[in-house]
Amino acid sequence: MTATPFTLASASLFIIFSALALVPFLFRNQRALITAVFSLTAISSLLSLIAGIWTVRDGITESYIILLGLPDLPFHMRLDSLSGFFLTVIGALGFIVSIYSIGYVRGFIGQRSVTSLVFFYSLLLAGMFMVVLADDAFFFLISWEVMAASSYFLVMFEDERTENRRAAFLYLAIAHVGAIAILLSFGLMAGFATGFEGFNGYTFDAMRKMDIPPSWAAVAFFLAFFGFAAKAGVMPLHVWLPDADSVAPSNAVALMSGVMLKTAIYGILRVTFDLIRVFPWWWGAVVLVFGLMTAVMGILFAILQQDLKRLLAYSSMENIGIILIGTGMAMVFASFNMTALSALALIAALYHTLNHAMFKGLLFMGAGAVHHATRERGMEGMGGLIHRMPWTSALFLIGSVSISALPPFNGFVSEWLTFQAFLLSPALPSPLLNLLIPLGAAILALTAALAATCFVKAFGVTFLGRWRGDHDTPIHEVDGFMKTGMGLAASMCLFLGVLPTFVIDWMDIVPERFLGGKLAASAGEFGWMWLTPISYTRASYSGPVVLLGIIAIVALAYIILHARGTTIHRGPLWDCGFEKITPRMQYTGTAFSMPIRRIFGFLFNVRERIEVDAEHGQRAFPSRIYYSLKIRDRMWNWLYQPVADASFWVARQAGRLQQGRIQMYLIYPFITIIVLLVLLR
Amino acid sequence: MSISLAAQINSILAALILLTAFGLLVQRRIYGLLHLFAWQGLFLSISTAVVGFVAEKHHLYISSLITLVLKVIVLPYILHVLIMRLKIHREIETVVNVPITMLIGIALVIFSYSLTSPIRELSTHVTKSTIAVALATVLLGLLMMITRRHAVTQIIGFLSMENGLFFAATSATYGMPLVVELGVGLDILIAAFIFGIFFFHINTAFDSLDVEQMARLKEED
Repeated sequence: MTATPFTLASASLFIIFSALALVPFLFRNQRALITAVFSLTAISSLLSLIAGIWTVRDGITESYIILLGLPDLPFHMRLDSLSGFFLTVIGALGFIVSIYSIGYVRGFIGQRSVTSLVFFYSLLLAGMFMVVLADDAFFFLISWEVMAASSYFLVMFEDERTENRRAAFLYLAIAHVGAIAILLSFGLMAGFATGFEGFNGYTFDAMRKMDIPPSWAAVAFFLAFFGFAAKAGVMPLHVWLPDADSVAPSNAVALMSGVMLKTAIYGILRVTFDLIRVFPWWWGAVVLVFGLMTAVMGILFAILQQDLKRLLAYSSMENIGIILIGTGMAMVFASFNMTALSALALIAALYHTLNHAMFKGLLFMGAGAVHHATRERGMEGMGGLIHRMPWTSALFLIGSVSISALPPFNGFVSEWLTFQAFLLSPALPSPLLNLLIPLGAAILALTAALAATCFVKAFGVTFLGRWRGDHDTPIHEVDGFMKTGMGLAASMCLFLGVLPTFVIDWMDIVPERFLGGKLAASAGEFGWMWLTPISYTRASYSGPVVLLGIIAIVALAYIILHARGTTIHRGPLWDCGFEKITPRMQYTGTAFSMPIRRIFGFLFNVRERIEVDAEHGQRAFPSRIYYSLKIRDRMWNWLYQPVADASFWVARQAGRLQQGRIQMYLIYPFITIIVLLVLLR
Repeated sequence: MSISLAAQINSILAALILLTAFGLLVQRRIYGLLHLFAWQGLFLSISTAVVGFVAEKHHLYISSLITLVLKVIVLPYILHVLIMRLKIHREIETVVNVPITMLIGIALVIFSYSLTSPIRELSTHVTKSTIAVALATVLLGLLMMITRRHAVTQIIGFLSMENGLFFAATSATYGMPLVVELGVGLDILIAAFIFGIFFFHINTAFDSLDVEQMARLKEED
């Protein structure tokens, strides 16, 4: 038997399940457990990565029936270019984070047992591999639930804290509401695939051939979109995301935020471009609007956060928004048969998926490293880490630059492609769209600018300035495994930013298979140096040239500064005439985001309070001033509170059935029997 | 014995079963209930034997014998012992609203007749006219369980429902297969034992067999 990508992918699953089987034998020796299991998950991810790259490069499609599952309903697996692409993304980040985890999880030894973290981390990875490989609704949903359940336990890892339990519950609730919607959507499509006769419609193959009326197709699509949006953290179903991501261990969050959210994107793409295929333009417009809303609200929320991981979580929401913008544009163009533009938008979405996995993984790993070293969560207690953790700081800076969409890193390329999709869009046969597209471009520009602000704040407050905490806090640079993990992610950010033409050539098969159009014919107009979507007269970007330019300018500045022969010496901080400047006098994160809070405050529920403690009741001589700031999501009051109230109301009404009297309980079946006899006679 | 005579006898027995079912519904004294229940079993047993003779289904004789032993002798005896042990033989139970219960019972009988009219037209059995009575007996047994407060009377209601079911089986299809009937008979016997033991313990623990007490198990708001 010759090796195929599918062999590699199944070997990868096999390795990961053997790692899971190892856990019961190794949990007594925690250090060995960490090393063994995370090495195995790294190998497994590497195999999946190779399988994914191979599949996409050669445009292979393989499908297999697995002898598992219920009688007569076997599991189907399929590896095509779309699943190959996502397998690559998951494999790449899985590999990087697994290496990082060897160092990171060791930090918990002596504090608590890490068995559950190790186990559910591996299970989450396995679940994600299975989701993208699944080729029937049944196996897909099982894998989906494996993924949801294992990530629930990862959020619950430090379960003695109330906020972890609360976040985990919220996550599980929303994930299941979403899963029900996905189940219903698959049920509809499976039903139409067989004409509601028989059970064989559950395979994706049967759904591809289904004959579904447009109205029911819309119901199926929006159910699926709702379900996947709940997982992806799309506004207004995003509330679980910041809570869960800020409390779970950082290596788990790197995976959850970096790739688990992307499985939802995979689901949307699979259902839209593979299973339903024919759709009107307004579906795309709805996806686009949700994407825009999520992107701009996500980044605004992110700016207002003081907790580093919470900030990153909200920024994940923004990036999911950008990916959805690309997806929505691809859908709009595809519905008007503009294949080249549609391919451009889809490539932008997929490229951003890959990029976000890399830089968000990197940033969460960086946040984990900071937390690991300082035991501090809030940014307001940090500062000056660049002196004590130079490696982490440099790598976090690369992540921040990438996510702020600055060249030469990768974030720029995909956001630039998304912009091109907007800017190159011709007049479309719908006035609403012609209004929406320029507006969308403007909102995307706003989002990109706000993202830069947000990461100036994140990096500046955390790493620059002076340490705000206690003086005797021992802060140390992280170990080699963690540095290697972050370093790999950072080099991927650079690679994806400098050589986008190779990557786009590689993944051009995906739009070719699903949309029937390619980008490469235009993208490689000047060879690999220049990225020119559609036409070189319109727009072009060259990663290598920009990188060379930046290197040249930096080198020139260095030479000029050092050519004078004078040594540069550091003086004390300028203290504005104050005698003693303390770290507490620094510019804080809250202060930094104040202008944004003033401008966009109406979108949130901001409660700002200043209390003055005056001595002897004289306000002219205050002894202390307290400042408190609370920012709440308006969605809580608008959407979630009514739902919660309604469910309590229903529960109370249903509780009335419980009379406690046996006679009443006998009356219920009695009346039921009589009514059924009357109705069905 | 001609077929028409057998049908006549069977109808009389059905009427008597229905009468005892109404009697059970309104009887206040527990011993009275026990006697009525035994009478119902006796009528059921005779009816089964008659049907078995007419339809030449000989296994119905065995069913009839089981009914006689179980429902006329054994079960009333067990219940009698239970009542003696629990010292509730003097107690007179209040039945809620006898006239209304009776009216509902009559409505149920009419309902059963209207419900089974299509079956009566299709069936070729001698016993076709008694299906309605059988169904009515089941419903009346359930109604009895609903209107009574005392646990022992609820068992009697339950057993009377079982009588109705058995009667329905004989009149609709000339009885169930013997294995099923043996099984059902055993189940009833064991149920009575379990109820007995259960109630004995409930009574010693709570000093009461009034099911109204269970209302306290309700969830608080």
